[in-house]
Amino acid sequence: MSRQLHRRAGCRQIAGVVAVAALGLAAAACSSSSSTSSSGGGHVTISVDCAPPASSPVQHKEWTEDVALFEKQNPSITIQSINTSPCEVPATFTARLRAGTEPNVFYTYFTDRSQVLDAGQAADITPQVTAKTVPALSDIDPSAMTAVTAGKTIYGLPTSNYTQGLIINRALFTQAHLNPDQPPTTWAAVAQDAKAITALGHGIYGYGDYSAGNNGGWHFSSEVDANGGQMVSSDGTTASFNSAPGTAVLQALHTMRFTDHSMSPTQQLAWGTLQKQMAAGKLGMYIAAPDDIYNVIVPQDGGHINDYGMGPLPSASGTPVGSLSGGNDYMFAKRDTPAQIQAGIKWLNFENLTPGVGQFNYARQKADGFPVGFPEPQLFTGATQVKNQQLLDKSATINTAYYSTFTAAHEKGMGEPKDAQAVYKTLDPVMLAVLTNPNANISKLLSSAASQVTQILANN
Amino acid sequence: MADTLVRLGKVKGSSDSMRSLAGGRLGRKVRRNLSAHGFLIGAVICFAFFSWYPIAREIIMSFQKTQLGVTTWAGWKNYTRIFNDPTFWQAWRNTLEFTVLALIVGYAVPFFVAILLNELRHARGYLRILVYLPVMLPPASALLLFAYFYDPAYGLFNHVLQAVHLPTSQWVQSPDTTIPTTAMISVVIAATWMNMGGATLIYLAALQNIPGELYEAAELDGAGVFSRIRHVTIPQTRLILSMLLALQVVATMQMFVEAFILTNGGSGTTVISVVNLIYQYAFALSGASNYNSASALGVVLMLVLAVFSGGYLWLSRDRD
Repeated sequence: MSRQLHRRAGCRQIAGVVAVAALGLAAAACSSSSSTSSSGGGHVTISVDCAPPASSPVQHKEWTEDVALFEKQNPSITIQSINTSPCEVPATFTARLRAGTEPNVFYTYFTDRSQVLDAGQAADITPQVTAKTVPALSDIDPSAMTAVTAGKTIYGLPTSNYTQGLIINRALFTQAHLNPDQPPTTWAAVAQDAKAITALGHGIYGYGDYSAGNNGGWHFSSEVDANGGQMVSSDGTTASFNSAPGTAVLQALHTMRFTDHSMSPTQQLAWGTLQKQMAAGKLGMYIAAPDDIYNVIVPQDGGHINDYGMGPLPSASGTPVGSLSGGNDYMFAKRDTPAQIQAGIKWLNFENLTPGVGQFNYARQKADGFPVGFPEPQLFTGATQVKNQQLLDKSATINTAYYSTFTAAHEKGMGEPKDAQAVYKTLDPVMLAVLTNPNANISKLLSSAASQVTQILANN
Repeated sequence: MADTLVRLGKVKGSSDSMRSLAGGRLGRKVRRNLSAHGFLIGAVICFAFFSWYPIAREIIMSFQKTQLGVTTWAGWKNYTRIFNDPTFWQAWRNTLEFTVLALIVGYAVPFFVAILLNELRHARGYLRILVYLPVMLPPASALLLFAYFYDPAYGLFNHVLQAVHLPTSQWVQSPDTTIPTTAMISVVIAATWMNMGGATLIYLAALQNIPGELYEAAELDGAGVFSRIRHVTIPQTRLILSMLLALQVVATMQMFVEAFILTNGGSGTTVISVVNLIYQYAFALSGASNYNSASALGVVLMLVLAVFSGGYLWLSRDRD
């Protein structure tokens, strides 16, 4: 009997030890990590994110072709494509920076620079970026280069930039007996056209704007820039949007929403919603960069390319003083070897910075049925810009006249305010209140938001 | 006794033999409980890796700052920073408002639904499934459904109100700031619908454990329905009620997904919660995301919940 008990106790002990061992093995399995890139014997492999996934078939096909061609031209380099859409999800991006698990060559927004540098995850690529490795270097838009440079140190290469304008639904303009070749340029004209479009009925609204996901503050910044205002003082210490240009923007929005009823009662909208409304033919106008049309409204939301056009940002005078400007770039992981950095620069130069090749291969885009001829990105200046424009004009498939007033405005890119996302976060509730509260006190809202932003700037 | 004497140092001459005796007993004790310790170690390792280490790390990070890849001590700077953020107090106000409303609505409704189900003689099983069904829906799907219901232009609720000639509402987008706000009530309705099934089943289980004789005796004494609830049901389910109360307060203070989905990313100030703010600090401020401030706010929330839980344990121990 006692032997049986002893045996049972022994079994229990063995079971316990096995359980612990199993847990240990599981923990070991969980903690094992894989290395994504290596170099040796002269061969170098680099992982690059923001490769278009198969759900975007044309872009995916073109990327795959480019990788194959590049690897053929550079047999010692292997590109490990990481399919991501959208290219950056802020939560994942931040977590990867903390963990140091970003790809060798990783996509960032212009506004990410300080976060990446603070995380200590960006490699200094200054010595490798020369006129020899990037022939168009001197022609890259200086404001785009500023976004990847700190002091005199270069941490990345820009691949796209934008300013914003007023996207219009030409089909609805025509139905409302408005002239789609002359998009409105002042807030008064926007309100008038929005009213006419809303009168079409069937759940169609003339104008839309964001007030969630930090996008409300983002749009407000651009609208203030166009109206001649400033979001933050030049020394970056105080909020400056509590001014006549800021008030005029909010007043125009409030009037359209509650007096004219030319904005939908459904508000608290974030990026992605207005594009859907535009594609469905339910929205007349909203503010965006041109890529909303060719990256979202047409390919993702099913809009028809000829239904859209674009004018400059609305402003008090009809000529926008400026526009919020931004863009994206690729940076290099701190752990990259010099050979990987060199290979990455070579790839970016091939795919993103050479007219006629990669993203600027307009002839191929035309052959693939992709709409060609949009006015952005305007990544280059000087001779490179001239050459790129010639190639663009040669392959254009869209009616570029639909964008002529936007192009003619030559909006000045004003960048984004200091602590941009924190500022936008504070302004989302202001936009929301203006678009949901018929009795919104604009002056009080702006004054309160301004003191909050000044506080945020002082904190940082 | 022997190990006590050795520990006290009172038996110096025979301390070695005493130590070996004590060691032998300890060894036997350990061997006897080896399997228990083995199983315990697994849990301890899991807790250590996935709970205690992150908590310790969070506390450490809340006193640090990282700039240009270099982490240094920042003292109380992260705490000062979050206390100076105007959204901080708004988030706490909203969280407390949600907690109180969720207690009033989300605590009472499942209890009364459970009583109702318990009293039913027919179709009890079907109704139980119906009540529990929303719990099986992924929270994101349930909330997206409510986001559609609440849409001021196209939503189901406003259509119904219009159909019966009642004034419509902007629901979760309502700008009013008088507590309880319409926006927060909308969030609480969605949260209650999503979560009440679980609490109802627990209450139902507790109700079914109440001996029927107690109700019979109460009925013989002339007790009505409310009197029976007050004098039999509530006292008999007091333990379950108080446990769920504590769990619900801790859970509702950590409200996140409801505000996040119903307000398109937790934006605005009408329903932003403390956990939404932590998320914004850590992840949503692209370019300015700050784990250290997020950690500081996480520590503050943890302390508040720890004080509440401690108070609850102390109070419940005192009573039992």
